[in-house]
Amino acid sequence: MADASTDSAFVEFQRVQKSYDGETLVVKDLNLSMPKGEFLTMLGPSGSGKTTCLMMLAGFETATNGEIILDGQPINNIPPHKRGIGMVFQNYALFPHMTVGENLSFPLEVRKMGKSDREAKVRRALEMVQMNDYQGRRPTQLSGGQQQRIALARALVFEPELVLMDEPLGALDKQLREHMQFEITKLAHNLGITTVYVTHDQTEALTMSDRVAVFDDGRIQQLAAPDTLYEEPENSFVAQFIGENNTLEGVVKEIKGKNAVVELDGGELIDCKPINVSKAGERTRVSIRPERVEINKDRLQEGVHTLKAEVLEFVYMGDIFRTRLKVAGNEDFVIKTRNAPDQRRLKPGEMIEIGWLPDDCRALDAG
Amino acid sequence: MSDTTETGPVISADGVPLKKSLRRALRRQKLRALGLIAPLLIFVLIAFVAPILDMLFRSVENQIVSNTLPATVEALQDWDENSGVAPDEPVYKALYFDMFLAAEAKRHTRLGSRLNYEKTGLSSLFRSSGRRVDDLGDDYADAFEDIDPRLTEAGFWFSLMSGEGEKNEDPVASSRRRLSGVADSWLFGEVGFAPSQEITQLLPETTRAYSEFAVFTALVDEDVVAEEDPWEAVYVALALDLANADLSSYSGPGIETLRMAQENLGNLPIVPFKDFFEDIDDDWVDPEYWQTIAVFSPSYTSGYFLNSVDLQKTADGIEVRPENQRIYMMLFQRTMFMSLMITGSCILLGYPVAWILANLPMRTANLLMILVLLPFWTSLLVRTSAWKVMLQQQGVINDTLVWLGLVDDASRLVMINNQFGTIVAMTHILLPFMILPLYSVMQTIPPSYLRAAKSLGATNWTAFWRVYFPQSVPGIGAGSILVFILSIGYYITPEIVGGTTGVFISNRIAYHISSSLNWGLAAALGTILLAVVLILYWAYDKIVGIDNVKLG
Amino acid sequence: MKMTKTLLATTALSVAAGAASAQDMADEMTIVSWGGAYQESQVKAYVEPYIANNPDVSVTWDESSAEAVAKLRAQNEAGNLTWDLVDVTAADAMRLCDEGLAMEVDHDEILAPAPDGTPASEDFGDMIVSDCFIPQIAYSYTFGYRTDVDAWNGNTPDEICDVFDLETFPGKRSLEQRPHNNMEWALMCDGVPQEDVYDVLETPEGQDRALAKLDTIKDEVVWWTSGADTPQLLADKEVVFGSTYNGRLFSLIEEQDQPVAMMWDAQSYDLDGWIIPEGLEEDKLARVLDFLYFATDTQRLADQAKYISYGPARQSSAPLVGEHAELGIDMAPHMPTNPENASNAFVMNYVWWADYRDDLDSKFQSWLAR
Repeated sequence: MADASTDSAFVEFQRVQKSYDGETLVVKDLNLSMPKGEFLTMLGPSGSGKTTCLMMLAGFETATNGEIILDGQPINNIPPHKRGIGMVFQNYALFPHMTVGENLSFPLEVRKMGKSDREAKVRRALEMVQMNDYQGRRPTQLSGGQQQRIALARALVFEPELVLMDEPLGALDKQLREHMQFEITKLAHNLGITTVYVTHDQTEALTMSDRVAVFDDGRIQQLAAPDTLYEEPENSFVAQFIGENNTLEGVVKEIKGKNAVVELDGGELIDCKPINVSKAGERTRVSIRPERVEINKDRLQEGVHTLKAEVLEFVYMGDIFRTRLKVAGNEDFVIKTRNAPDQRRLKPGEMIEIGWLPDDCRALDAG
Repeated sequence: MSDTTETGPVISADGVPLKKSLRRALRRQKLRALGLIAPLLIFVLIAFVAPILDMLFRSVENQIVSNTLPATVEALQDWDENSGVAPDEPVYKALYFDMFLAAEAKRHTRLGSRLNYEKTGLSSLFRSSGRRVDDLGDDYADAFEDIDPRLTEAGFWFSLMSGEGEKNEDPVASSRRRLSGVADSWLFGEVGFAPSQEITQLLPETTRAYSEFAVFTALVDEDVVAEEDPWEAVYVALALDLANADLSSYSGPGIETLRMAQENLGNLPIVPFKDFFEDIDDDWVDPEYWQTIAVFSPSYTSGYFLNSVDLQKTADGIEVRPENQRIYMMLFQRTMFMSLMITGSCILLGYPVAWILANLPMRTANLLMILVLLPFWTSLLVRTSAWKVMLQQQGVINDTLVWLGLVDDASRLVMINNQFGTIVAMTHILLPFMILPLYSVMQTIPPSYLRAAKSLGATNWTAFWRVYFPQSVPGIGAGSILVFILSIGYYITPEIVGGTTGVFISNRIAYHISSSLNWGLAAALGTILLAVVLILYWAYDKIVGIDNVKLG
Repeated sequence: MKMTKTLLATTALSVAAGAASAQDMADEMTIVSWGGAYQESQVKAYVEPYIANNPDVSVTWDESSAEAVAKLRAQNEAGNLTWDLVDVTAADAMRLCDEGLAMEVDHDEILAPAPDGTPASEDFGDMIVSDCFIPQIAYSYTFGYRTDVDAWNGNTPDEICDVFDLETFPGKRSLEQRPHNNMEWALMCDGVPQEDVYDVLETPEGQDRALAKLDTIKDEVVWWTSGADTPQLLADKEVVFGSTYNGRLFSLIEEQDQPVAMMWDAQSYDLDGWIIPEGLEEDKLARVLDFLYFATDTQRLADQAKYISYGPARQSSAPLVGEHAELGIDMAPHMPTNPENASNAFVMNYVWWADYRDDLDSKFQSWLAR
């Protein structure tokens, strides 16, 4: 991805490195390019460097090495208030001593905008987040979701072309969060603004983004559209991090074109799609999504390997059943089956046979 | 709850009204809570509330005049304060006996000191008169002795005054009340003397004077009445009585001697009481002094409070004090002004320090916090004396400035014994009280507010001034209240480094408490200071809101 | 500021022995004094010897003599007397006596006669200014000045009015923050003959006149409240002139060897002594009287002069005054009672001050605060 830069890039990180103590790198050689209007999410566990990247983009941290380019301009030496980037903070950072209206008017005031213009823009921004009636309230008088909307409106009121959001939904309850995910995405797309969104919640990342950059250990592990990321993880970290995932360890026995046979540590053989393996004898970690595991033998391809499994636990979850199995020595093997009228409800202790389409099982690096 | 109004009280499971059973359940909790805070409550009541109430009381209490000079005060009722002439003989007569008794009980000097607060000169007048008041009675006693030596014998007097027949307990009882008032504590015990009914009627003044002598002898001196020579005042009283008494029908003990004395009354050196007091000091016939006594004779007075604001109570009403005595308003103003200066400089110096502390990593901040708190661990006197060494003309700062050539050796800066010295030393001493609340408030302001402001386009200054500063105002408020209230009550530091121009009203209070002993005025000044603090607190609450004050 | 020092010269054994021998006398005594070198002289001259004789007695010191009147009054009001013996100035003794806070005593009855048999009242003579006052020492308020002031062009102050002469003797002066002496000096230097000073000071006009004279130097005055202030200010060069007790100046000049000299002119001569608080319990009173009999005898008062340059109050002690206990210098020339020093002394009128203190204090303090 070293030459990811293109002429159409709006935001660009070029070989950016960041160290706080001069000994360890928090961000290691980051390259990233975003076209205008994209909704990009930086996803990763805490300490993976994603927030640091966001802060460097916002100007609150300086890159130790490398260039950050915004709309063709290197911005390393531009102070944050001159970058014109809207930002939504984790706890919203609404100024508690100002009313909602004053909060929204603040960025316009510091831009020396006339009073009538300001009022019009504030009103429009509030309309945009359906909070017109709350102009005179103080932030503390608002609920979490309302504060969230105001924070969004404040970040957008001065019409920035780039908006950064640092875990903006972290403090909301699940239902509200899902609702806001939808609203934020809609708003971003309607307004056509470029958005960099930081979260550690993979569901959020998958549902909202055009592209997701998965961060770990100061690097982007994979940068791809959500479906690609889920279905085609490029390494075992991404596979593990995105969605629920079963892993089995083994050695590649043979590779035949688009298929590989892996011999598990217990001696069982399975069929996989080789991703990070190229020749027989390599250790690998295979990854299978729980919903892709088939328990109905009739629906399996002819001739594929199957595994014996013992049912350990059956959880009724409404729309799906979640069953924990013991497979090839792994006691945390989970399968998910749809709650359909013809679906069997497995009982603990029952012995079954499981299998999958070879394409659904990806042989990745050994981790 | 609207149900209850329609359906009557809600009944709990056991049939008792719910409210009642809730009250019962809560009472236990309340009692337990009360028990837990009881030690503190009692401590606060004894150590804080009671002294304050006592102080409030002292600032208006004025019983000493009517207790010490009861007869004089009563006689003065007939005198017109605005007449411009001294009162008549009856007042001086009452004064003589009052003064005599006060001098015996050694209370006249206190009354003099008390009245001197209102009019300079009364203290020395009372002191010198107390020493001379015996003289009149001495002359009478000598004359009586010439008439009949028995008249100066203790035993003769006792039997004369005891008389025969029915006893009258009233004179002794009223003397006991009177003396208890003078001595400011109730006198218990057996007097061992009561005049007869007859003698009481025959010699009323003498009975009263002798009863007072008897009560004092028996209960204060703890001697036997019959063995002690009577007071000089008793002879004066006898002379007054004999001038009017009809001795013809009396046949009690000592009647012959009395008759002889009455016959020889012309030999007594009788002088009007007014002349006697005029002889002691001309001031006794000065109506101004009498006006002061009359104006301050009620048991409660506004005099101390008036004095505290440079007013005085005169016969003509309330007046402004003469210009050379007006100091309290100036001192109050100075105290306010300097406290504001100290508060201001504490804000200026403390704010950046608190800012740095709040933005440093916890470990470093804690270390630096020790430096802030260090002054707390040093004696106040040591710190203040250190400033003396720093600021004085041959002190460290001046020496350094001279050495650097910034100041000429002959014109060293005067930085101590003035307002500057007080402000510098007090700022240093009170600074932690500003830094601590500021720091604790600033700690609660997340750095994301500043970032948010900057991301919204604000420069560093705008972000600080429009976003950070307003949120730190509660800390400034709390610190300012602390520093201001502490500084208007400070007196040790101003006393040491303030000279005469850098002292506060509290130094005056301390002076009145420990040197001039004018506790009433000290209490009034203290009460005013307390009221000022409460008013400021109230004003702060109205303007800023006291719940915005964060102390930590 | 109250510093208590307990001298405990007892062991459990001697306490037990003492209980038998001390009969009705209390074993503890709280003595109030002035602190510093003066209190030290009392400790050396008679408290330590007394304890040596009576090992079961312990003495607690309270350095509150400066506020003795106020504190005794407060103790009296509270009905809680904590002092047994109080060292005060003559004027304070008279005030306390007038207010009934000090006990009247018969000097001949409670004090030792002179070695030649002269009764105490004659030996102390007119030093007994009040029935409550048991004199110890005579001292002076005098001025000390620095001998190294360039701005004085070689002039040396030798009379009291030089204090008011800012032209010839520029520089700061330290004066006591109370009217005593200052008012008298001011009047003397305003042309009032010494013998008329108190007559003039008695009138409001005279008081204003004294304050007006003090006004001429007010800006140059540092006011002191504690006897240690002036020696310190002189040593620090903060002032060039300063009034204080002559004993403090003696120790500054002779013991600390500072470039300071004493000015013996119009120094005010004052007395200091004991009073017994009124209302002591019997056993405490017995102890105090026992101590006083010893501590005020001819030899003890003469001994005190070994440690501080104050004149013993007994005539019979004067010939016994010897040399300084450590420096070995003859103490007699440093005594305020020395004829050479006393040639132009004035005797502060304690009686007058006892009467007028309230009057003048309020005026003086108001004047100060302005």
